[in-house]
Amino acid sequence: MSSVTVLIPTLLRPYVDGRSEVSMTVSDDGDVSALLDGLGAGRPLLDQRIREETGALRRYVNIYVDGEDVRRLDGLRTLVPSGATVMIIQSVAGG
Amino acid sequence: MSATETTLLAIGTKKGLWLASSTDRKTWSVSEPKFLMEEIPSVGIDTRGGRTRLFAGRMSWHFGPCISHSDDLGKTWAEPQEGSIRFGPDDGTALERVWQIQPDAENRPGVVWAGCQPISVWKSTDHGETFELNRALWDHPHRSEWGAGFGGAAAHTVLPSPADETVHVAMSTGGVYRSDDGGASWQPRNRGISAYFMPDPNPEFGQCVHKVARDAVDPDRLFAQNHHGVYASSDRGDSWQSIADGLPADFGFVMLAHPHRSGTAWVIPLKADGERIPPDGHLQVHRTDDSGATWQASAAGLPAAEYNAVLRDAACVDTAETPGVYFGTRGGAVYASADEGRTFQEVASHLPDVLSVRAAVVPA
Repeated sequence: MSSVTVLIPTLLRPYVDGRSEVSMTVSDDGDVSALLDGLGAGRPLLDQRIREETGALRRYVNIYVDGEDVRRLDGLRTLVPSGATVMIIQSVAGG
Repeated sequence: MSATETTLLAIGTKKGLWLASSTDRKTWSVSEPKFLMEEIPSVGIDTRGGRTRLFAGRMSWHFGPCISHSDDLGKTWAEPQEGSIRFGPDDGTALERVWQIQPDAENRPGVVWAGCQPISVWKSTDHGETFELNRALWDHPHRSEWGAGFGGAAAHTVLPSPADETVHVAMSTGGVYRSDDGGASWQPRNRGISAYFMPDPNPEFGQCVHKVARDAVDPDRLFAQNHHGVYASSDRGDSWQSIADGLPADFGFVMLAHPHRSGTAWVIPLKADGERIPPDGHLQVHRTDDSGATWQASAAGLPAAEYNAVLRDAACVDTAETPGVYFGTRGGAVYASADEGRTFQEVASHLPDVLSVRAAVVPA
């Protein structure tokens, strides 16, 4: 097991008691999907804001693992290394 | 309206929800925005059973769609932890937008319908907290041939009949479908409605019906504003006849029926598909009192020049004895009439594009 830090965007902080970051423990071979499963456990509305009911990452939500956009890596199957910082960021959208 | 009552007007826009209230439907107090920066394509007000529940169909471009409800006239809002509307893991799709939130008739308390994008109809039996997908429409053999209008492929109108188990649904594009058994099965009901944009202009289905309204007294009578074409049906949609003669244009999105009187309806015409502005820049509300045989225009209180469209759910009536008529434009102006659409007052201006309005008389 390892510890990672998840940075929460402002609009989603109400779902984590107002915190800007959440420390999580994940398995050594855990991926982003598993991380989101853990983050959303007990917080189903937070999970729904990040992932569609199909399990796909919402189009205008970006996730970076140690500064790398997971869409440029292996998507939600991107591995999350021990000690990683995972950023959830809303992308540019809307008019 | 008594001294202990107020009229509540919910205004859903492209960037948030505003609530306006008035004791005389002439002077309005407008709230600060709720859900700022979220689209509110649908609003609903359920006054059945002696309580008032507001609904807001929300759509965040970042964080997706949802429905929230308020039982204190918009002061606080709630959303079930598991969400109100979600497709199942085997459906292979995700909810995109809630286009319609429609409380059922008085004799079916607790039942609320929703029409959504992708084209789907949902039913709640717990006062609109959680909704179940209508499988009969979702699995309909026509589904693969339904298309998307510019705004997306959606069931935008759900009309349960107060008289029986009849439910009408309108979708863009796909047309009108009717269920005679409370939603267990659905049949297209578009005979007489033209689809000029298709190879066969009179198909069984595929029409782009923009809005349908049900007559308050005769539930078999329907009115429809089409993507070009204004129609009425006196036989539950089995057949439709044009009622566009007398209107300045047969394009538009709005169709409203009087809440108490038979044969009265309102439309707000736009010039054409390719010119989506009030005809000649003159914003007018047109009213019929004889089921579409004749129309009377009203522009009193409306601007001399207006080039913004009024969208399908950006218009409504309330249920007062002398009903009010309300609408908002894509230019962010909202108008109210306390005299059945004869004269209008401005409720708000310079809001974001108005997508949805609903009004109701509620306890003050």
